Formats: sequence, C-alpha cells, structure tokens
Amino acid sequence: MPSYVDPSKCDGCKGGDKTACMYICPNDLMVLNTEEMRAYNQEPDACWECYSCVKICPQGAIAVRGYSDFVPLGGMVHPMRSSDSIMWTVKFRNGNIKRFKFPIRTTPEGGANAYEGEKGEDINDNRLFGETELPQPTMLAK
Amino acid sequence: MALPNKPQGELPAVTNPEVVEHDVDVLIIGGGMAACGCAFEIKKWASDDTKILLVDKAAMERSGAVAQGLSAINTYIGENKIEDYVKMVRNDLMGVVREDLIYDLGRHVDRSVELFEEWGLPIWKKDADGNNLDGSKPAPSLKEGGTPVRTGKWQIMINGESYKCIVAEAAKKALGEENIMERIFIVKLLLDKNVDNRIAGAVGFSTRENKVHVFRCKVALCACGGAVNIFRPRSTGEGKGRAWYPVWNAGSTYTMCAQVGATLTMMENRFTPARFKDGYGPVGAWFLLFKAKVQNGLGEFYANSDAVKEELAKYMPYGQSPVTPTCLRNHLMLNEMKAGRGPIYMATDVALNAFLDEKRAQGMDEKAVKKFWKHLESEAWEDFLDMSVGQAGLWAGMNIEPENVGSEIMPTEPYMLGSHSGCCGIWTSGPEEDWVPAVDGPRSHQYKWGYNRMTTVDGLFTAGDGVGASGHKFSSGSHAEGRIVAKEMVKFLNANPDFTPELEKSAQELADEVYAPVKRYHEFVGATTAENVNPNYVKPDGLMMRLMKATDEYGGGVATYYMTSGKLLNICLDLLRMLREDAEKMAAGSLHELLRAWENYHRIWCVETHIRHIEFRKESRFPGFYYRSDYPTCDDENWRCFVNSTFDPKTQEWKCEKVECINIVETDPWI
Repeated sequence: MPSYVDPSKCDGCKGGDKTACMYICPNDLMVLNTEEMRAYNQEPDACWECYSCVKICPQGAIAVRGYSDFVPLGGMVHPMRSSDSIMWTVKFRNGNIKRFKFPIRTTPEGGANAYEGEKGEDINDNRLFGETELPQPTMLAK
Repeated sequence: MALPNKPQGELPAVTNPEVVEHDVDVLIIGGGMAACGCAFEIKKWASDDTKILLVDKAAMERSGAVAQGLSAINTYIGENKIEDYVKMVRNDLMGVVREDLIYDLGRHVDRSVELFEEWGLPIWKKDADGNNLDGSKPAPSLKEGGTPVRTGKWQIMINGESYKCIVAEAAKKALGEENIMERIFIVKLLLDKNVDNRIAGAVGFSTRENKVHVFRCKVALCACGGAVNIFRPRSTGEGKGRAWYPVWNAGSTYTMCAQVGATLTMMENRFTPARFKDGYGPVGAWFLLFKAKVQNGLGEFYANSDAVKEELAKYMPYGQSPVTPTCLRNHLMLNEMKAGRGPIYMATDVALNAFLDEKRAQGMDEKAVKKFWKHLESEAWEDFLDMSVGQAGLWAGMNIEPENVGSEIMPTEPYMLGSHSGCCGIWTSGPEEDWVPAVDGPRSHQYKWGYNRMTTVDGLFTAGDGVGASGHKFSSGSHAEGRIVAKEMVKFLNANPDFTPELEKSAQELADEVYAPVKRYHEFVGATTAENVNPNYVKPDGLMMRLMKATDEYGGGVATYYMTSGKLLNICLDLLRMLREDAEKMAAGSLHELLRAWENYHRIWCVETHIRHIEFRKESRFPGFYYRSDYPTCDDENWRCFVNSTFDPKTQEWKCEKVECINIVETDPWI
C-alpha cells in the first residue's frame, strides 16, 4: 500500500528545512520537490505501508492506496493519531465502514523516565541498571 | 523523452562530497530496539567524560523492525522458569542454539518490559473476572504484580502502535540528542591499523546532504537488523515493499561484521514465516488468543491427523513437543500444498463464532453477546492495525470480515534474522559465568572470551538480530540485549584505557570508496539517452532483482518450494560471485540511489554467507524453511552442531567449520 500525497493539502511543511514525512520515513521514501513545494513518495514499491508518514503529516495530506499487484480498489484504512490514542477508519470496497479506537500511550509525550544522571551499582558484576538480583540456572544438563 | 538525463529523486549526489571526521569512544550503529536498549543503559555505567555517539540510518522515533508498532511482546518470562524458555527456544530451532546466550537473555528481558510499561506502553491486563482490559485501563503494572494477557506461554498483548516512539524517547533522553546522528548510513566497519583484529571505526554517508562521515572509535555496537529482499518475494510489483520483515533491513549487520573478520554462526538458518497471504499480517494472536486452526482446501483441519503425527515422528525429539517447531509447522503446510490440497486457510470464522457460541451456551443474552462481539472484533482488528496495517487494507479491499470468512495463509519468501523465530547471526561471547562452557581453541569454537556479546573481533559487539544461535528474543529481548552490551562495552573500554584508534586508509580514500557509485554515474551518464540503461553501469534496483532471481531459483526460494541441492547451490554461488563483481559497477545519481547501492552490497554478501552455509551443512536441519534434495533429512548424528564461518580480511578467504553444540539446560526431559 504505497502512500500518496494530496497536492491540495500538502504545503511542503511551509518551507522548513525538512518536511515531517521526509523526517520520519524509515525507508527514505518521502521527498520534497522544492519547486512545487509538495512532497511525494519516490519509490512506491519499497513502501512497507508503515503509515509513519500518514500519522505524522500535520496537514493530513497523506493517505495510502492498496498495492496495485494484489489489493482490489475501493478500500481505505486511515488513522487519526492523538497524543494518547489512535482512531482508525476502515472503509471496505463494498462501502461498509468500521471504526476502532485504541490507546497508544499512558504517559504524556516526553514523559518517559530515562533515569538521567543515575549510575549503576557495580561495574564488575553482570547485573544491569535497576536489577537487584540475577538468576543462575538450575536444571543443568548432566 | 526525458533528455538530458537527470538523476532521479530530489537530492542529487555530487562527486566531491564533504568529508567529516569524528573521534568518539563508543559508536552505536543502528537505532532499533537493541540500539535503544544500549542508549538507555550505557551512561549508567560510563564515566561522564566518555564520548558516545549513536548513528541511525533513519529517524529513531520510527526506525528498525518496530517502526510501525507491534500488537504483542513475545518474550516476557514472568511467572515461568527461564530454563523452560531455553528449552522452548532450543526445540523450536531444532536443537542447535547457544543456551548460555538464551538463558542470559531470559534473566534480563523482564526488566526491559517493565521499563516499557513505566515509560507509557499500554499493556493489556486481566481483571478480577478474567476479562481482558486494554492497556489504558487502571490496573496494577507488571512490576506491581498485574496479570498480563498471555496468549502463549511467553507472549503478552499490548496496545503497541507507539511502542517504538516510546522506547526511542527514553533512549534519546538517556543518551542526549546531541549524541545522536540520524540519516547517516554506515556502510563499512574499519579495523585498526596497528592492533590486529581490533575495531577502530566506521564510515558512512548522509542521505540528506553530500557528506561522508568517518568515525574513529574504541568500541562499537553494530546492530542494524536482519536481511530482507534477498530472495525474490512473492509480490514483485508494488507489493515488493510489503515484506514481512522491515523492508529497510539489508543484511548490514552480518555483512559489515563479517567483512572485518567476525565469525558468523548458523547463517544457514532462515525464516519463512507462514502469514496471511500477500498482506503478511501476523498470525500469532489468531492461533494463540483466538484459538484459530488451519484448514486445507478440502476443509480438513489437517494439523491433528494421524498422517501428520507420523510425519512429525520423523523429527525426534523436536517433532513430538507439544508446540511443534515453526519450521515443521511450515513443513506440514507445504506437504498439503504440494499434494494439491491447498490453499491453506486460517479459519477465523470458525474461531470467532466459537467464542460467541460459548458465551451463549453460558447463558449470555443476545445484547451482551453483541457487546462482547464488539470487543472481540476490535481486538482482532487491532492485531493488524498495530503492526501490519497493510493486511487490514487488504481485508478492506477484499471485503473480508473475519467472522464471515477465513483467510488464506502462505509461507513467505526467506528472510535472515536472529531475533525472531530464526537464529542466523554473529558468533559472540557469552557471559562470564561458571555455567558457560569453557572450550579450548580459537574464539570461533569458544563460548566465552571475557566480554558478553562481543564478536570475535576485539571491541566489536552486536545485539538483537546480530547475535546468532539465540532466536526468540523479539523486541523486548533485543532491547535487553542492547542493555547487556552497554555495560560490557564500558567494561571493555575501562580495561583498554591506552588504546588510540588509527585507521589504515585516509578519510579521503574512504570517502572515494563510499562515493564510487556516484563517480561512476557522472562519468558515464551521458553515454546513452536513458539514464537507467547504460552498458557501463547497473542501477541498484536492477541489481537487486538479479540477486533475488538467482537466490530464488537456485538457493531454495519460493520458486522451488524452498528446495535446493549441492548442485544448485554451487550454481548460485557462481552467480553471486559475478554479481559481486558487477556490484562494483553500480551507479547512483542521487543520495537515495547511493543508499540503495550500498544496501545491495550488504545484501549480496549476507545472502552469499547463507548459501555457503547451506552448502556446507550436508543435511536439511530446518525442513519447512529449506530442503536439500541430496540430503533430505535432519541428521542429528552428524550435524547437531553449529556451522561457523569466518572471512579473513587479509587473505579474503572464507572458512566454514563445524563447532560443538553444548547443552547447558537438562535434556531429559527435553521439554
């Protein structure tokens, strides 16, 4: 399902040094044409349909059309992602629509505790940071 | 007509890139789960003046195999025994695994999962009545004794759309944004000029600007995932992107480590998961959570037939385990397909309706059944939407509602990986513990040489998909392995305070090598009227198709139902040798093409080791993943051993050898 960009919605992220989709695509597919100030997917047959670009686009300009070699036309899966949940709309070829909402995180964005500045206990043993005990195997082979 | 020829893409590559040199103590190559684990952990042990740098080919927020999200964490030990985890992995991978590495992983993995939950990953829980709660509902955390929703013995369900974003956030905060470089593709590791077998740096380039980056380091982690698009996929058009494993994994870990002389292990192992056809959506939850069964084209639930039991009995002790090894499950499915009894269906309709019938039988009224169904339906769709949206898209396009009709499943094209249900990778040291066997001989035969997860090259570590003979880590185990490596790298650094890395080649020489495809493009692009067809060079996309055709037809791909032979493998090796020579003639007009060119170099090397190992191992160790027609059975008497291979960077020669496989956990009972 390669992603595609709606030219009436894409604003090239207003000429920032990088567009959101270009920033996020794990496979380096999204690029900005600076003359048109529109982004596009430069290699649709290398698209994993991970939806990272669809989810991040601030204009909602990116969607996905099913892979031409096996997906019949007319269906559509589209997300709306907020800071704590995601709402999916699944539209079937026959027009049926289903909606699902799932939580995505339980802490505020930026709230992950990385224990910055804290140190581990003993560099010489095999316990990692925050581990109090370290199991040793029993049931050994004879 | 598109004359004059101009490079495809928006970022043209120039022949004289800027060259930037960096000196660091620790270089972390990769940004996936393993690298994030390392990034989180390392400053907890390193002195404050240690210079640490993480370099990612993409953006950490969505890089690596978990970029899209996941619907489950497949390794959480919890209430189970770690020894039983070792036994499960050992059986699933047909007996040939490093039990020291697996046990060690098992004792660190739960801490990673607890951290994920603390950072904000929603983990499903059971309420007091045994009902499933999604991860945002109030419930005790795992650390507080909350009960996760187990699907299998080791798996727990999550609301994992933002899994990677959350894990990357903690990694970035711990390491500091100023110590992270994104959109830099490392293409080669570099040995030290003065000290033998010692890592000293790496070279790569930016995919955003014309810059080559040369890094000198004292210790390095190479964790860049597994290998995809090494065999011709079943979908060769746009759907080629819908690989089961992340399509950006190009075998970089294996190739880069092998090229500097790191010993590889079990490269003959591959993974051809049986997944929903074409969309490659996950089947784990359908099998385990929804108790769905597979049907052949005749409507038979063949998995418990007498014929199947008889077939499994040929592969003892592996076949008789309550959980049939993944490769043997594929083997049974292939037998049905080859006998013309396909296609194979996941009977989603039967499974979902069984839940509803059960509720009705318990006296639930229709209104409550409807409410229960809404929840069940949502769980079923979330499984795809969290981690394989394309499968949901395929169902939408095909008008498939899983409660009404089953869906076809099919074994995929082969992938190489070490963290999922496969175990190819790099031979590493186990932990310094008494129960890890002490073996005489070179490191390629030993189980420990001082630093846990260090490769046979001094100062070079790996994790996740990189560590071989230790599968079933999955996302959580890869993160834990990255944490293990972090502490070990600091130990190594502390023990070698006087080492100053020096590279054999100058930064400019390295830059010239990295940008060779760009120079070739500019030298010859004017020789024809269409830039993609030129007798002087080959474009990366064409070369990749040639690679995938050779491996598919001769190396046991889907074209032959995974069947190959010594004869075919040697033809494959000949084709790969010429391919490797022609890879020197790849041309790249843009930075994106340069990325693809170097990914192809990595793919070719990595799949060549795979073919080499299958050729060396004179048996069929993993029926269902691949078969050798000349040695069609699993031969425990002669081949219950590792196959390790080492490339000597000085002589440019490969050496394959048998290495003893030692059991650490009891073998009686086997499971």
